[in-house]
Amino acid sequence: MTRLTVVDADRCVGCQLCMFACNRRYGEGGLAKSAIRVRSVGGFERGFVVVACRACPDPPCMKVCPVDALEQRRGGGVVLKARKCIGCHRCSEVCPVHAVFWDDEANKPDICVHCGYCVDYCPHEVLAMKESEQL
Amino acid sequence: MRLPTRVLIADLSARRFTVEDRTDLFQYYIGGSGVAINLLKEYCPVGADPLGPDNPIVFAVGPLVGLYPLASKTVAMFKSPLTGNLGESHAGGRSAVAIRSAGYGAILIRGASDTPVYLSIDDKGVQFRDASGIWGIASSVTTGRIIRELETGAGTRTIMRIGGAGEHLVRYASVITETYRHFGRLGLGAVFGSKKLKAVTVSGNHGFDVSNKKFYRETYDDIYKRAVESPIMKKYHDIGTASNIMPLNLQKGLPTMNLKMTTSPEAEHISGENLAENYLGRRVACAHCPVACIHIAALREPYNKEPYFYKTTMIPYDYELIYGLGSMVGVFDEKAMLHLIDDVEIWGLDAMSTGVVLAWATEAQDKGLITQNETLGLTLKFGDEPAYAKAIEYIVKQPNEFYLALARGVDFASKRYGGEEFALAFGGNEMPGYHTGPVSHIGHLTGSRHSHLDSAGYSIDQAALKEKLADAKVVAAKLLKEEAWRQVLSGLVVCFFARGIYDKETVAKALTTAGHKITSEALEGIGMEILREKNHFKEREGFKAKELRIPKRIFETDSSLGKVDEKYVRDSVEEFYRLLYA
Repeated sequence: MTRLTVVDADRCVGCQLCMFACNRRYGEGGLAKSAIRVRSVGGFERGFVVVACRACPDPPCMKVCPVDALEQRRGGGVVLKARKCIGCHRCSEVCPVHAVFWDDEANKPDICVHCGYCVDYCPHEVLAMKESEQL
Repeated sequence: MRLPTRVLIADLSARRFTVEDRTDLFQYYIGGSGVAINLLKEYCPVGADPLGPDNPIVFAVGPLVGLYPLASKTVAMFKSPLTGNLGESHAGGRSAVAIRSAGYGAILIRGASDTPVYLSIDDKGVQFRDASGIWGIASSVTTGRIIRELETGAGTRTIMRIGGAGEHLVRYASVITETYRHFGRLGLGAVFGSKKLKAVTVSGNHGFDVSNKKFYRETYDDIYKRAVESPIMKKYHDIGTASNIMPLNLQKGLPTMNLKMTTSPEAEHISGENLAENYLGRRVACAHCPVACIHIAALREPYNKEPYFYKTTMIPYDYELIYGLGSMVGVFDEKAMLHLIDDVEIWGLDAMSTGVVLAWATEAQDKGLITQNETLGLTLKFGDEPAYAKAIEYIVKQPNEFYLALARGVDFASKRYGGEEFALAFGGNEMPGYHTGPVSHIGHLTGSRHSHLDSAGYSIDQAALKEKLADAKVVAAKLLKEEAWRQVLSGLVVCFFARGIYDKETVAKALTTAGHKITSEALEGIGMEILREKNHFKEREGFKAKELRIPKRIFETDSSLGKVDEKYVRDSVEEFYRLLYA
């Protein structure tokens, strides 16, 4: 099973094309449903942090979900069963790397499914898909 | 389909806001410049004081923002305190995507506050926040750092702010966004300052749907592929706009020492190549731009008296800044030039205007038009960075009448002290870094913003290095066509660097997915209409094409194409305005 990996955040120029790509999976513009985020370290002069799901083998987000809307994904991470989700935000609050984002319009978490769509749109080789076992 | 059609109107006097749907404007005038000029005409009373409460500030984005790569720009429009007519300036950073994600097509700020204020804008509207605790912070960088901690939305928000120059109403003060991008030209920073407006932050999390998901993805992939494979985009990524220094120097088109010269054997020091090899510390991109043209130098220097105590300053550089604060003022020591860029960045000034003003003052002092009485003891000499740094501080603080005049621009200062023949401004706006031939200046004279980006006259000059320059009238028609088309691009709002990618067909296709029904044939007509609207506003506010001042210096100094023929320039300018109203 492969998963999304941030291979070199120092190469990131902050263009956010990965974020737009993630959102485009839904055929939409903007960033509302993006499950990956890029922000500056604290001002553009210091570079960027790429915040993405680590595909935890034992995901804290899943463990705190009160309605079992998050299920273990093979190879790490979780899969969202949107119909079960009650929008309580616990998953996003517990994630230690803040990689569970929020779709305000749908009131559901934006969960990375490790599809790798964003990788194809990173022009600067910051992201890659790698086998979980290699990491 | 949701086009960005909502206009947020924030009234600083009343501390109230409203939201209006202006589908009428966005459907017809696309967005960006087209919508902004119409809002400006509506909200700015005839003859309004540019630094009074009646002057509105418009920020407008367009239908491709957030949907396609390189549609990353926000258009700001206002009445310019520098020229007294059209103020228009474009910037990227995160501003455009942030405004659209907050649910707006445009934000209009009117009125003025009695006490310092900053605006925090999201999809719920406007919070008027007290800025008395940050007013007087001269550094635009520090201001950004403070507001960053006070507001949410890290990663997708924009923080537009002013430094000391805006607070002190320097007529060419800029507004800085995301530390390294600027609404640089024509004095938006002073308009902020006049309203006691220190900053505007915008953030939001709305998505935008498209007409046909599959067609949208296909159109996206086509544009993206062309963007990352284009050689021009590679040029802007690798060395950046600074890559123009050496070719222009070689072609004798690089304005040097107040355009007494157009080339220097020392240009190599301030070249993009030297900066990239020895100083480049980071490259940064605007939101949704794969190019990352923003080049930032890391300047590591020791503190004077303490051993092994260093500071590293990150300083953004671009061609126009290097021209303005390097060649134009004869500062060819790259570290000294970077210091001046840093100063201008911190105070929040337009680098081109500042450079031209300093260059004029240097020559005026040399010719005895002004003395140390005016300069407060400074002897301005080309290349003397410490003197220039002090003069820049005086321009911001305006301790006497002379610096007050410099803070009003080179047109004003030269009218007062003489030396108009070498005061390099066109239509009241200080010249950009091109003395490539007659057409660059015809462009500066006729362009609605009097900037090199209006119609890129320099590129016609540069093409004429290989084949004969066309007749003055033919050139006028070409410039008009180019400027009209650029109104379409700045309606979308697409970065002008991507103009080769966004051709007519691509624009029409992309607009369809965004929910617009404009045909590729209709686009040029709309562009021309927007350009006429802009010129109409200028005339309304007193601009007269016939009274355009042409500084003699441009006819004296050899350009890349040799001597610039005055008659050719005047004929072409006349033809341009004839065609514009034909």
